[in-house]
Amino acid sequence: MEATVAKTGTEGKTWGGGHSPLNASYGKLMMWFFIVSDALTFSGFIASYGFSRFKFIDAWPIADEVFTHIPFYHGSPQPMIYVAFMTLVLIFSSVTMVLAVDAGHRMKQTRVAWFMFFTIIGGAVFVGSQAWEWATFIKGDHGAVETHGGRILQFLNTEGQRVSISDFAEPIPTERETLERNSGMWFQTESTRTSFTIDEVKAGFAKHEDLLIRTQYLDENGRPTVLSREASLEKLMNEGKMVVEGANLQHNEYGHPLFADFFFFITGFHGFHVFSGVVINCIIFFNVILGTYERRKSYEMVEKVGLYWHFVDLVWVFVFTFFYLV
Amino acid sequence: MAHEHKLAIFRGLLKFRSNVQKIWGVFAFLCVVTAVEVALGILKPQSLTHAHLLAMKVLNWIFILLTLVKAYYITWDFMHMRDEWKSLRRSVVWTAVFLICYLILILLIEGDYIFDVYKQNYIKFNF
Repeated sequence: MEATVAKTGTEGKTWGGGHSPLNASYGKLMMWFFIVSDALTFSGFIASYGFSRFKFIDAWPIADEVFTHIPFYHGSPQPMIYVAFMTLVLIFSSVTMVLAVDAGHRMKQTRVAWFMFFTIIGGAVFVGSQAWEWATFIKGDHGAVETHGGRILQFLNTEGQRVSISDFAEPIPTERETLERNSGMWFQTESTRTSFTIDEVKAGFAKHEDLLIRTQYLDENGRPTVLSREASLEKLMNEGKMVVEGANLQHNEYGHPLFADFFFFITGFHGFHVFSGVVINCIIFFNVILGTYERRKSYEMVEKVGLYWHFVDLVWVFVFTFFYLV
Repeated sequence: MAHEHKLAIFRGLLKFRSNVQKIWGVFAFLCVVTAVEVALGILKPQSLTHAHLLAMKVLNWIFILLTLVKAYYITWDFMHMRDEWKSLRRSVVWTAVFLICYLILILLIEGDYIFDVYKQNYIKFNF
């Protein structure tokens, strides 16, 4: 780098150039620059999540009832466990990253390579878990009914346990088929149909005397309001509009659609950061193996991607709090 | 660039012998904080969910406080903020903290206001 800089005769003087302001190299300073701006982007997202949540504070889904699954486990709902595991994986990959940086300071090529490798594995496990979490959320749990007013009605038995619509809906034989592209006009198509129609759910609900409806509005204890049998029947028959299974950008069986929108948007944006972090870590990993930084006599690149990687971890700490805990 | 690290955390209460040891120490601390958060999140003690402070549940304040503690140790020890010059530290942290606090304040007040509008006026539900 030195070769391209013309000497001016002012070296060593304050304004003579060659100083690192703030005692950080150009690359590190720019990484901090990027991190501050990216932090503001994320806080914009999380603050707008807070905005929407405050806007519908009495009708917001309870995260503990949404994210209750663990892969390969089919027992009772287990809130928090899996996401706590994901958090630990990400923090641990941050630890291996900072160990790689430390080994880089001491110019130990093999150790840097190994720690970078573990960091990449941790990142991959996290992205995979995130994908699984998304898939579970999109697939849904018990199913629900959306009213004409856009509110969600969920079903309970008299013991207060959730009941899936597939457990009580009365199948009504019908000739109706999904409209696909090849059978109508070329522009006509239909989104995936739910496994039961609203009429089947209504018929099944009327038949099972022990079923109640839970609205998405929270009572004074912060629990969703449960209606009496008569009120439930009236609500479902008069206001029920469509069956909702799982969550997407328009409908969300767990409650307010904005919850799903923000979930997809914020964890998606974070997951994208993790993914790009894994890609960048891979590039640096190969550079370490090839000995690029040995020849350069400095492992500062590892430190710079390390900053980015820790930042991704830092963002997750906040996403974890505001999506799953608060 | 400086390769020396400041090895004391908790305001000098705990001093490590090497940087690697400090990393593991901070990791252990972050694990403990996360475990406390998860335990509180599962148990949700009545005494904390029913007590309110500044219009928010005490439990939520605890979560936010613990999150900030975690953020501090990730930035200070993993991102080596502790070893940077004061000027770099302040230009990064103060800028972000100021702008984020401002944004949160504005948006949450506005969200609360719209909640009241929906509740007290003729607009029923807007999705």
